[in-house]
Amino acid sequence: MIAAFYSQLRTLYTVLVHSFSRRETVQYPEEMPYLAPRYRGRIVLTRDPDGVERCVACNLCAVACPVDCIALQKTEDEDGRWYPEFFRINFSRCIMCGFCEEACPTYSIQLTPDFEMAEYDRQNMVYEKEHLLIDGPGKYPDYNFYRVAGKAIGGKAKGEAENESPPVDVRSLLP
Amino acid sequence: MPDSVFIYVIIFGTLFGSIGGAAVLVWFERRLLGFWQDRLGPNRVGPFGIGLAFADIIKLFTKEDWVPPFADKFVFIFAPTAIMMAMLLGFAVVPYGPGLYVVDLNIALLFFLGMTSLAVYSVLLGGLASRNKFALLGGLRSAAQMVSYEVFMGLSLMGVVMLSGSFSLVDIVNAQQDVWFVFSQFLGFLVFTIAGIAESHRLPFDLPEAEHELVAGFHTEYSGMKFGMFMVGEYLGVILISSMIATIFFGGWLGPDFLPPIFWFGLKSFLLVCFFVLLRAAIPRPRYDQLMSFGWKIMLPLTLVNLMVTGAVVLWWGY
Repeated sequence: MIAAFYSQLRTLYTVLVHSFSRRETVQYPEEMPYLAPRYRGRIVLTRDPDGVERCVACNLCAVACPVDCIALQKTEDEDGRWYPEFFRINFSRCIMCGFCEEACPTYSIQLTPDFEMAEYDRQNMVYEKEHLLIDGPGKYPDYNFYRVAGKAIGGKAKGEAENESPPVDVRSLLP
Repeated sequence: MPDSVFIYVIIFGTLFGSIGGAAVLVWFERRLLGFWQDRLGPNRVGPFGIGLAFADIIKLFTKEDWVPPFADKFVFIFAPTAIMMAMLLGFAVVPYGPGLYVVDLNIALLFFLGMTSLAVYSVLLGGLASRNKFALLGGLRSAAQMVSYEVFMGLSLMGVVMLSGSFSLVDIVNAQQDVWFVFSQFLGFLVFTIAGIAESHRLPFDLPEAEHELVAGFHTEYSGMKFGMFMVGEYLGVILISSMIATIFFGGWLGPDFLPPIFWFGLKSFLLVCFFVLLRAAIPRPRYDQLMSFGWKIMLPLTLVNLMVTGAVVLWWGY
């Protein structure tokens, strides 16, 4: 019983000593917390180093999205290059899982370290393409999808230009 | 100042001081708990966050005040008023300084014990009238706790009464000119403090409420200002018990002369309130049977030993 009583007193003392320890609180709006570059926050659409939008409207992000918050419509430019006619993310549904970023073959869709997206009107949570598209390349500054994958232009198929190796047959198991 | 005006000043000062103190304590407790958990606590509304007390009041007053259709309506509404009335009446006998009291009863100690016992009825009735199993369990626990802790709460004070030879709180304070009763009656102080915590059903003895087991215990069905009155009553109880401990065991208003007596009384009560919050921050709630056996098997014998030793000393040496 003496031991139990001592234990209670020691608990009281230990808690009292905490009056002088450092506060763990981050005073949020005045003092911003550090967010890692890989933090999964607001989604953006990026451009490649040449300033052309990276998205090829393949719909993989929309398929990967577990809450179906991404909607887009494919269209083509005069060269037959795919791009999204509209690209819409409903952030009131988005769970910031990052699956779209993993699915994206062109590093176009990326999650950013920003979470301050509160709105008074729920309709304002739906972001259109002009809200999503940014000017920079995001997390992959040197990556240009068509430099890696090759590109068919008028009169020339992939891999037919000088010093260009033929494209990999992705469906073959041979080395 | 004529006496009749002076007494009204004290009465209203006590009334608004204690209720205001209880409201501020709601904020202060959260702030202190925050400090002891390495947080900052509520610090946004007004300077140091003290505006939170007002925000809480506004919130409680504007909430829907709902009486469940299955409840015993009259008792349900009466219960929260009882705890506030009883606690406020308890403040009537607290002496804040020499001549600064609402009334100096010659049975002030008994009056105080009676009023705190009445406050427990409020919890009991609230639990009973809610017709809710959690509330009923809370009320049940409160009744059992009252029966067991009330016994030695009164007995623990008898040592003080023997030494000072009076039930009047003013006489008790004056009897501590040389040495505070906390030194000559340490066991009594210990038992009274523990019983006082149980009486104001604060953690670690908040079994009637026990939000981890009983939703919210006796006030599960209460909302709005009825719930607010339970809360205010609880905090009034904390202040009342603290000021009582300060008066009975820590020499009340007595202190060095360079500051007015009421300051010393306030300081002692304030530190004891902080101690109550520290208890809440540190000590976990005992199981129900532990609470009971602790009361009957440890506290009661301890009180009786204290009583007998004090009686023997008073008889032999004739204090």
